[in-house]
Formats: sequence, C-alpha cells, structure tokens
Amino acid sequence: MVRYFKKIMHFLLLFSRQGRLRLQKWFTPTPEREKKKIIRDMTAMVLARKPKTCNFLHWMDLKVVYKRYASLFFCLAIDDQENELLALEILHRYVELLDKYFGNVCELDIIFNFEKAYFILDEFLIGGEVQETSKQTVARCIEASDMLQEVKHTHTLAHMLIL
Amino acid sequence: MSPSVRLQEMIRVIRSARTQGEERGVIQRECAAIRAQFRQADNGGRSHNLAKLLYVHMLGYPAHFGQMECVRLIASPRYNEKRVGYLGAMMLLDENQDASLLITNSIKNDLAHSSQYVQSLALCTLACMGSAEMCRDLAPEIDRLLRASSSYIKKKATLCAVHIVRKVPELGELFTPAARALLAEKNHGVLHGAVILITELCERNAQTLVQFREAVPELVHIMRGLVTSGYSPEHTVAGISDPFLQVRILRLLRILGRNNDTASDAMNDLLAQVATNTDSSKTAGSAVLYETVLTVMDIKSESGLRVLAVNILGRFLLNNDRNIRYISMTSLQKIVSTDHNAVQRHRGTIVDCLKDQDASVKRRALELSLALVSAINIRSMMKELLLFLSTCPPELKSHAASGIFNAAERYSPSQRWHIDTILHVLITAGADVRDETVPNLIQLITNASQLHCYTVHKLYRALVADISQQPLVQVACWCIGEYGDSLLQGDCEETEPIQVTEDDILDALETVLQSHMSSPATRGFALTATMKLSTRITENVDRIRSIVSIYGSCMDVELQQRAVEYNALFKKYDHMRAAVLEKMPVMDRSSMGQTNGESGGGGVQELEPTKPKQPEMMVAPQPASQVGGGEGGGGHGF
Repeated sequence: MVRYFKKIMHFLLLFSRQGRLRLQKWFTPTPEREKKKIIRDMTAMVLARKPKTCNFLHWMDLKVVYKRYASLFFCLAIDDQENELLALEILHRYVELLDKYFGNVCELDIIFNFEKAYFILDEFLIGGEVQETSKQTVARCIEASDMLQEVKHTHTLAHMLIL
Repeated sequence: MSPSVRLQEMIRVIRSARTQGEERGVIQRECAAIRAQFRQADNGGRSHNLAKLLYVHMLGYPAHFGQMECVRLIASPRYNEKRVGYLGAMMLLDENQDASLLITNSIKNDLAHSSQYVQSLALCTLACMGSAEMCRDLAPEIDRLLRASSSYIKKKATLCAVHIVRKVPELGELFTPAARALLAEKNHGVLHGAVILITELCERNAQTLVQFREAVPELVHIMRGLVTSGYSPEHTVAGISDPFLQVRILRLLRILGRNNDTASDAMNDLLAQVATNTDSSKTAGSAVLYETVLTVMDIKSESGLRVLAVNILGRFLLNNDRNIRYISMTSLQKIVSTDHNAVQRHRGTIVDCLKDQDASVKRRALELSLALVSAINIRSMMKELLLFLSTCPPELKSHAASGIFNAAERYSPSQRWHIDTILHVLITAGADVRDETVPNLIQLITNASQLHCYTVHKLYRALVADISQQPLVQVACWCIGEYGDSLLQGDCEETEPIQVTEDDILDALETVLQSHMSSPATRGFALTATMKLSTRITENVDRIRSIVSIYGSCMDVELQQRAVEYNALFKKYDHMRAAVLEKMPVMDRSSMGQTNGESGGGGVQELEPTKPKQPEMMVAPQPASQVGGGEGGGGHGF
C-alpha cells in the first residue's frame, strides 16, 4: 500500500455491528478497489475484538482507534506517530456533534440523513485535521448552512453572515 | 412530492429488500432512473438524484457515471446543488480521476464567492482531494484568504494550505509569512490550524524550523494561557481547556526543541507546569499529559523533567482505563533503553500487567518485562515470566519462550538454574520453541559436565511423564543415549535417587519410537540413542540389536537408513562400534554446523573435539554464583 505523504488521519469509517458501512471519509487518495479491501479488513478486525480490550489496533503501518457508540462502530486510522488518546477525543467530539444536531442520534439518523453526517464532519475536520475546536461554533455553522440551503439562490444571501 | 422524501423513500425501499438479489434489483432500477435524470435538463431535483447515487455508492455499487454530474452541480448557482456537488466530488473524485481537473475553475470562482459558506465548500474540497496541479494553481488564492478574511474562512484556508504544502512542498515558502502572523490570532480554530501549518512547514524545511524557533516564547505563552485559564463553555473538555489545541502546540514545541538546547530550555518550565497541573482522570487530560511526556522525552530536557515524565507513565500504568495503561506501556517501551533506570522503578507494576485481561496490554507487558530483566532481578523476574508462560494466550507463547531463553542466556546465575529454566519452558511450551532450541540446549548440557547426572535424571522423569512435547523428547533421548550409564547408577547428588533398569530405559525409548505423537526427527533421536546405549549398558544389547533390525525395514527413509547403518555396525563393523559410539566431546557453537535439530551420533561422522572457549560476554561480568566449572551460565551471543 502506498502512502503518498505523511498525514495525521488516513481514513474514518462508520459501520454497524453487522458490518454495513454508514460513512466513509478518506484523507488520502486511494483506489476504489483498495478502499473496498480496507473496509472489509477493518470491519472484520474491529468486529472481532473482544469487549474488554483497549480501543487501539495495529494495522499495516497505521494505528486504528475505534469506539462503539450504540450500534455503530467509529473507526479512525491514524499515523503510527500520532496520539491515540486524542484520536479518541476526536471520535467523541464527532459523536457529540451528531448528537447535538439530530438530538439523541441513533444509527437510523445517520442512514437516512447520511449527507448531513458528512456536512457535519466537513465542518469539524478538513483535509484530515481538526478545523474547529469549539462545539458551539461547529453547530452554529451547520445551522447557518442548512438555512442557506432552504433558499433558492445563494447570491441573495450574501449578507447572511452568522459569524 | 418533495425531492428529499424521494431520497429517503429510496433508502427505505432498499433497506426493506429481503435478499441481496432484491437489493441489487432495486438499485439497478434506481440507477437507471438516475442516469436518465442526469441526461435531462435541469429539473430542480438534481441534487437529490446525486444524493441518491452517493447513497448507492456507499453500499458498494459503482457510481462513476455520476462524476460529470458532480462537476455540473458544483458549477450551479444554487447553494444546495453546490453542496451536494462538492460532496459528490469528495466521494467520487480523487486526484487520479481526469474529471477532477474540471472542477478547478469552479473552485477558483467559489473561493472568491461573496458567501463564506460557498467559499467554505471550495476550501474543504480542495483540501480533501486537490491534486498537485490544482494546488499550484490555487495557492495564491489561499494565501490571500489566509491574510484577509473572517476567522471562519481563515481556519479553513490554513488547513487548505497544509494540504498544499503536503502536496507541493516548495509552496511552503509562500505560506511562511502568513503562518507566522497567524500565531497572533485569538480564535482557537484559526490558531489550531496555524500551529498545524507551522508544524508542517518546519518538518519540511530546516531553515523554516530555525526561523520558527524564535516563536517558542510566544507558543509557551499561548500554552500557559490555556493551562491556567478557567472554564470556557466553548473549549473546555472534562476540565481541560481545548485539549486539541494543547496537544498540537506540544507537538510543535517538540519539533522546535529537538536537538536544540536553547529552545528546550525555553519550554522547560512550561512542560513541568503542564505535567503537574493537568488532571488525568479523563481521556482529554491524559491525552495532553501523554503528548507532554512524548515532548519531554524527545527534546533536551533536564533530568528532573525526564524523571517527572517517566513517573507520569508509571502513574498511567495504574489507571483504571486500559487505553491509558496500554499507551503507557508503548511509551515505556520506547524509552526503556535510554532511560533504563527510571523505567526499572516501575518494574513491579509492569510485571503485574502480565496478568491484565487485555491481550494487547499483556503483549506490551511481556516486551517491557523482557527488556527490564537484569542480573540482579533475574530470579524473581524469571518466576513471573515462567508463570506467565504457563497461562499466556497461544499467540504470545513463542515470543515469551524466546525471550525467556535470551534472558536465561544472558543472566543465568548458575548452569543448573539455566538448564532447569530451559527444561521448564520445554515442559510448559514445548510446541512453541524455535528449532535451534534443541541443539542449543544439548550444547549447554554437554558443557555442564558436572550436571550430566542431574540432567539425565530430570529428563528421564520428564520423558516418562509426557512424550508429546517434541523438543523435550528429543533432548531427553539424546541425553539418555549419551549419559544412560549415569542414569543406571541410580544416585545423583542433586536429585532424589531413582531405580532405573536397562529395560526401563529401553522401554521409554521404544515408546517414543512407536508413538504416533513422535515426529520423524524425534524418532531419529530415539533410534540413535538406543544404538548408543549398546556401549553403555551390559545386559540388554540383544534387545537393542532386535530394535535396530526391525527399523531396517521402516517406511521412513531416514530411519531406515540409520537402522541399516547401525545393523552394519553390529555385524560387519562391531570392532569399531565402541569407538564410534563413544561419549561426545564438549561442543561449542561454531562446530555445530548447519544441521538443525540433530547433533552427534547418527552415521559414521566425527565432530572434531574442540576446547571449550571462553564465551564473549554481551554484558559486563555479573556477580553470579557458580556451581563449578569454568564458565558462567550464559553470555553467549544469541
């Protein structure tokens, strides 16, 4: 597997207990076939973990940090040199953001509103890095973007500066 | 019907499919409809059609026909269409697709859009999948946004710059001035991005690194502000003020302080402050402490600070959270050679972790324990390690066994202890030891001449109890063949006396020969041992003759060959038999040759008798108590 350049995060996957993919975000360019293989491998590895083990795995030259929230597994692959505990915090923050947006988020929310899950992720992370460390700010931005979406043409809303 | 309901309706229909085939059918129909819609003129439902396709893509179905639609939607003036278009681009296009170049112009226009949410879409997409060419093209735009825009845009532009620098390192120079200025920002999002950008620039360019060392006081000041600030609803996580930012600053400080005394000095007090004042009861605080420890160990810190860092790791070992225990051990592993004494202080806790439930923690504890074995603690450590070996998960057995052998080699307090330890391992984990263990052990035994009697008694007992562990059986056979006369004598100083008759010994060897559990190599050992006994016993030589002749027609070629040769030794070359089967000389490792598992006796081959040489010591001579004989039990290179 070729690593094009050093990155903090390599990919983020969300999947159910049955191994159904609910979200995938790739932070390095990866061919489709390889993506499918990685998803299969990750799912198999994480689902095989026994309950009382730590949340870190080694896979190839990466560290995989995973955590289960209700019926979904959140799985983040980071560089070998990275801080796993912070990666756990990143996952947790994303879950909090989803929870705030959907109100008591559950897997069905992510299934039926997958594009929203991506929009939220894209306000939290960019290019494999955290872009905003304040929960409230991310929530406000999502709200504003949503409102913008309701209107037909964007240029009439140029004045709509929430921030 | 509103288009978004149609998307959710489709999802519902797909989910209600009862078989894979049914699902495929639904999806094929939907994709056909979507394709048709794409070909039509703008009908207000474009974004929802693309969204449907993206859902289908996530299920693993092909969606490349949507790529051009993404390009079209990105160019739309409608925000909702742009949003889905850009999302589609990030999911379906990467720099390796030709279509990705087509969106460069749209991105360029959107970077200058009057709505910051549109700008945001462009920035996010560029940072996600921008190719080197796109990056070169748009870098000046990004630089402009870094300098003059809202915090919302600046923070995104900063990370976009990070992506650009990763793709096209030469462009780092372009962003360096802006990056420096960004450190003065108050907005955490922008600051966080700035720190990442500076880190990236410093890692790629040595001159930039030198330049940014001057920023250390500023970074220390920012960090101090975070550590001492009170609760902030925006940024506090479990009592820690913006742990994400703190960790990134610590990382940058690490890079700046590495190999540089001045910079390291400037951050020393701050690191001590963070190390002492950060509450590690939750993950957020532990993440910061962990990063602090990594930084302290990597820069030129004072010894007091290093000890503080190692103690933090020691405290982590006692944490209830197994994640924290795990990373503590990986960190200790990294520093055990450089800060050996500091880590030794936590040996007790580390050894306790051998009993942890978590297999990963166990594995780390094993690595660390092996690294911490020394001449002083060898006896107590070995007790723990042997206990671990008997209960450890199967995947760790082999590694544990090798580690134990290594440790025994280096630090055995006596030859008898050494032999006992190896025997213990062979009895507990015989199936998991490496091939060289058998010749190595045999060599060790021949060298401990005063222990031959003790060893053969012990091995005989072990053999009679259990013939399933092949390495053990092989060594036992070899010893019985070699020292069978000691065994018959009955008394031995070191162990309880036992009455063994010639028939008993031959019974034991025959059992090995006939057992289905014995491997071909093992049976070879047993046959040769039986043959050797013909010169060491007096009464049952005929029995040996008959065993040997039976195996002359054995199906196993190796055994057959041996038996035939031994038969010949009895018949035509009986006058040479005593000389050929004489006691083996003491071996040293270099004369053992390339054979695996078998040494001595088979066939008419003679090893040159060599003098036992003084082994090279890997470590300084230890005050080891010796049973006698010229050599300490250990010190051979492995």
